Amino acid sequence: MSNNFITRTWNWIDNRIGFTDYIVPLMVHLVPSNARWWYIFGSATLCAFIVQVVTGISLAMSYVPGGEDTYQSLKYITDIAPLGSLVRGMHYYGASAMVMLAVIHMVQVFMHATYKYPREMNWMSGVVLLFVVLGMAFTGQLLRWDANGVWSVTVAAEMAGRTPIIGPTLAHFILGGETVGGSTITRFFAMHVFIMPALIFAGIGLHMLLIFRHGISEMPDVKEPVDPNTYKEAYEKRIKKTGVPFWPVAMWRDVLFSTLIVGVIMACSIFLGPPALDPPPNPSSINANPLPDWYFLWYFAVLSLLPPQLETWVILGVPVIGFVVLFFLPLISNKGHRAPSKRPWAGGAVIFISMAFIVLTIYGYKKPWSPDFGVKFLPASIVGTDHGPLAEGAKLMHIKGCLYCHDIGGYGGHRGPELTEIGKLLTRDDIIIRINNGGHNMPAFASSMSSVELNLIVDFLLTRGVTPDEDIPKNPTQ
Amino acid sequence: MNNEQTTSPANQPCCQQRRTFLTRLSIALSAVIGFVITLPAIGFILAPVFKKPKAKWRTVGKLEDFKVGGFVLVQYEDPSPVAWAGVTAKAGAWIRRASETEFIAFSINCRHLGCPVRWVDDPKLFMCPCHGGVYYEDGTVAAGPPPEPLERLSVRINKDMVEIQTIPTPLTLTTLT
Repeated sequence: MSNNFITRTWNWIDNRIGFTDYIVPLMVHLVPSNARWWYIFGSATLCAFIVQVVTGISLAMSYVPGGEDTYQSLKYITDIAPLGSLVRGMHYYGASAMVMLAVIHMVQVFMHATYKYPREMNWMSGVVLLFVVLGMAFTGQLLRWDANGVWSVTVAAEMAGRTPIIGPTLAHFILGGETVGGSTITRFFAMHVFIMPALIFAGIGLHMLLIFRHGISEMPDVKEPVDPNTYKEAYEKRIKKTGVPFWPVAMWRDVLFSTLIVGVIMACSIFLGPPALDPPPNPSSINANPLPDWYFLWYFAVLSLLPPQLETWVILGVPVIGFVVLFFLPLISNKGHRAPSKRPWAGGAVIFISMAFIVLTIYGYKKPWSPDFGVKFLPASIVGTDHGPLAEGAKLMHIKGCLYCHDIGGYGGHRGPELTEIGKLLTRDDIIIRINNGGHNMPAFASSMSSVELNLIVDFLLTRGVTPDEDIPKNPTQ
Repeated sequence: MNNEQTTSPANQPCCQQRRTFLTRLSIALSAVIGFVITLPAIGFILAPVFKKPKAKWRTVGKLEDFKVGGFVLVQYEDPSPVAWAGVTAKAGAWIRRASETEFIAFSINCRHLGCPVRWVDDPKLFMCPCHGGVYYEDGTVAAGPPPEPLERLSVRINKDMVEIQTIPTPLTLTTLT
């Protein structure tokens, strides 16, 4: 009786909404039987997006997008609100997962050349989605409205300001005025919470529609290069013969992997917690160390390593060229082999870009080009004594800021050359000239250092790398 | 069957004309709706871009509090803060009393990508923590990627108070044009 009632109720609803007529055919559409574990990344990206939507809506219930109150609401969410820390952590690690999975999905599609006929628009819509996801990641970092957020938005405005002709207009649009202030965060909140998610929803809708229209691609086969004249007919024939229903034969793998992803996001949030907040968003505070989240560290490194004459070209060119090349890729090559073994350049490009990303990210994290403001005084074990002129010279190395950029025995920055063995490499005159005149990206110290201070530093440096027996300056102080 | 179709009222020339007219009317009215909805919204969003707040003189301290010597960090309020800005309405500057009557002030923004530079007193250098830009005490570039010197701010003494004139965040414009 009860079952009968439920069945009748469902039949009534199904008749009105058309679930069986419209949704079931999509769920059980045929997919290639060899579409297995390589095909799980797209659905996992969607799952990470759902995590972001749910946790994002939850956070928006307490987040105050306005000036100083923003920081206080973040403190409340993190330190006081029940489960606030967990939800904020899930949103943070969910963002990382979404960026990572979107890129992995794109690499997989690229390596299998799934972007070729007839799925060119699948790829193009995916490229747009990837860039919007990166936009979400960037604006999301700024919504963590602390000192790092203030200076990150300043850097973004400065980069936009380099655009020819409309640069200042773009920069002021980003800032919501001529300076960072109360109007800045509200703009990023609107972009992050309304505009970009709407674009992602629309993009996912189009992406899914195209997947159903053209079907899931088969695994690449060396013997079957894509021929636009025959592909569709041959695909339909094969899929009818060997295809399996997406639900549940193929989908269980997607669900299993997505479960794993949600578990990792949850575990990271529980055990690692959300990212710590920097000091409040005070644009007049200089005690900030602006650093992008991990997915943009490579770009941060690029901007530090480039020759100045190339910088503006790269700032403006990398995002534009990156988008254009990726977006139009299927129009350049939409037929022929799909198998990675027949496309060595594609594999080479992925390996090169991956290696560059890893190396630049490590570099961005270490940022050896930045002065080490926190460096300590050289200990006696490194100096060799704790009194006398050598100790004075070592102390001056710190006071005059030399150690901010130069490493001696593991103490100091890495912006300039290491000086641990400098006594073996340069003469007294060489060192004096270098300190006084600067050069090779080093400031001149002639006007900020007395001759006594200079000689104490030079005497100390001449002992570096020289054993006590040969500890005789090559050109002793006069 | 075909006969029925060609003679049905819907396929009469008058009906075709009516359909064409209604199609065009619908498209035109949709465009009007679109403009009416989006124009005020776009205007509202872009307004801050074209609003140029007047520079203001902001007091940063008493004259007697500034000793002749190195730079000190001062804070002042943005020229046109919104009511809810709080601490985000602040701006910073490095100011130095060069003599009894002369002051020199620079914006704290590095001219590379806008990060906050720090004054390091002994070597008399400004250093940027982001990409390693370094400036001498006169604001000129000493090392690193900044393409321009630090932005100088106007300073005046008004009734024994030191005042700084506000400026927009200094942007390094491109030379590609």
